Order: sequence, then C-alpha cells, then structure tokens
Amino acid sequence: MASLKEMRNRIGSVKATQKITKAMQMVAAAKLRRAQDAAESARPYATRMASVIANLAQGVSGDGAPLLLKGTGREQKHLVVVATADRGLAGGFNSSIARAAREYIGRLIRDGKDVQIICIGRKGRDQLRRYFGERILHTYEIASAKTLTLDLVQPVATQVLELFEAGEADVVTLFYSRFKSVISQVPTARKLIPAEVHQASAGAQPDLKGGVYTYEPDEESILEALLPRNIAVQLLGALLENQAGFFASQMSAMDNATRNAGDMIASLTLQYNRSRQAQITKELIEIISGAEAL
Amino acid sequence: MAKIHFSLVAPERELFAGDVDQVDAPGTEGDFGVLYGHAPFMTTLRPGEVIVRDGAANRIFTIQGGFADITPESFTLLAEHAVEITAAN
Repeated sequence: MASLKEMRNRIGSVKATQKITKAMQMVAAAKLRRAQDAAESARPYATRMASVIANLAQGVSGDGAPLLLKGTGREQKHLVVVATADRGLAGGFNSSIARAAREYIGRLIRDGKDVQIICIGRKGRDQLRRYFGERILHTYEIASAKTLTLDLVQPVATQVLELFEAGEADVVTLFYSRFKSVISQVPTARKLIPAEVHQASAGAQPDLKGGVYTYEPDEESILEALLPRNIAVQLLGALLENQAGFFASQMSAMDNATRNAGDMIASLTLQYNRSRQAQITKELIEIISGAEAL
Repeated sequence: MAKIHFSLVAPERELFAGDVDQVDAPGTEGDFGVLYGHAPFMTTLRPGEVIVRDGAANRIFTIQGGFADITPESFTLLAEHAVEITAAN
C-alpha cells in the first residue's frame, strides 16, 4: 500500500496532466474553427475549377487530350503523396492516414510496381519510414503552417509535375483525411494524375442561352494551363481539410484524456480518503486501548 | 439594364461576388469587357487589372494571371493571387 504522501503526489500529478490536456483541447477547438473557415473559403475555387475542367475534358477526349488528363497509358510507376500532420497527440489521425497509405503501397509493391513516396507532414514520414524508408523521396514540413497558401503548396506540385514529365511517375495518388465532420475524418485516396474528372459536377451545366463556348486560345491550351494548377489546388484543398481534421481529432482526443484524468482523480481521491480514515481509526483504537490498559 | 453576376475567386477565398454592370479583364490575347448577355467564352488571363464597374463605383483588383469562364448571365474569374487596390478612385 502506497503511503499517504505518495498518493497525494500521484493525485497532484494527474491534476497537472488534466490541466494540460484541458488547455490543449481548448486551443484545438479555437484553431479548429479557423481551420474550418479556411477550408470552407477555399472550396469555391476548387469546385469551380473542377467543373470547368470537367466541361473542357468532354470536348478533348481524343488523342489530343493532355497527358495529365488521360495519363501516360502505363501503370508501372506510382507516386504516392501522403499528407499528414507535423504533430501528434491527435488520437488516430496520423495513423489512420498512414495505415491507408501503407496498405495501398504494399499492394502496389506486391503487384510488382515501382513506388515512390512524397510525404507532407513529419508524422506520416515517421510511420512510413520503417517500412518504405528508401522509397521516400522528400518530406515537406508545411502541414502545420499557420495559414496555408498556394505558394506554400506550389513546391510540392512542382516536384510532382517534374517527376511526371521526366517519366518517373505514371500514376499519382494523394492520401489525406477528408473532413466529414468534427467527429469523423475519413482517410481518403485521390488520383491526381491522371486527373479524375467528376461527371457529377459536369452535370451542372450553365445556361448558355443556345450559345456555344468560344475558347481563347483553344481548348487544349486552356486545359494545359489549368491542369498543372489544379494539382496545386487539390493539394491545398487536401491540406486544409487535413488541418481541420487534425484539430478536430486532437480536440476529441484531448477531451477524452481530460475525462479520463477526471475519473482517475476521483478514484485516487476516494482511495486516499479511505486510507487516511483507516489510519485515523487505527490511531484512535491504539489510544483508547492504551488508556484502558492503565 | 440587366446586370451580370460576377464572382472573383482566389485559391484561398472568394474576393468578390455580386451583380455588377460591367467587368473588364486582361485576357492572354487582349483585354476584354463583359456585360450582361455576353457570348459564352472561356479564356486564360495574363497578369493585370480587373475592373469591376457598378453604377458610379469602380473596384479594381490586380491578378497574377488566372482563368475566366463567361456565360450570358455570369462571369467567374479564377485568379491567382488577387488583391484589391483600395482607394483607387
């Protein structure tokens, strides 16, 4: 049985931990709101771009279509971009993305494909390094930037495009966590190259009043200008969703930790009071029986 | 006169959305102005100024290139690095 002093120290340390987790939870909640706003305000651009590309893609589905859209026709060389957070203490957030990526990469390797990896965020790299250390080309530590901008993401997009143009990557897949709601983030894989054309967004055709689109310059040139930019935009969107998801996940993880600490304090305090009372009773018995013996 | 719905979106956020009289934009193959009822038109943009005219008020934005999608009723401008020039009048 631990001494009373030891138990007091124990309770004190759990209380200190609880204060920290409580503070982290509140900070995460505040940051979550900002991250959610940022993710929301970036959405119009991404959706508009997707629908414009979908519209254009219908017109150039032949041989003239840019390679970024129709792919190289090969599937041998895969590039996997894994976006996680730079920091932990967020429940299973980083692990679930890394696990999804790991399963995917493992499958590709078993099929005899060449796989290369680009990591965004330290945590993902730490988890993948154990399995695929020699395949990781580069790690970008931009996931925890205070405000994510297109400029920050551009180097990643540039490297992806360079690898694609050098013939080092036929298929590029992005792993990130889709922010479904505060309590649910879903690890998601998205094909960056060849570009996924969402037919659903193409269905929302604007009313042209019988007119036909004029293109300046021609459709192919516009697509060729838009597709590389779309990669950066998709990366940015994914990182913004990741950031919101990270804070949401951290918030609920810290909420759990705070509650657990509370339970622990309650049970430790009960135990402490019991043994203190037991000691008092014991001392009383000793005094009384001592007095009776006289 | 009917107004055209103009929205200017940058990657990080939407800078302008609303009904205006006229929008001037710098296309790669020449500047152009858009009024309500413009023919459907898509073009890439070069760096320059976008002027949004509504009544007597003008709002001017600089963009570092981008993309324009014009239908008879609306004009969507996907801009890179758009910034509003304040007190331009």
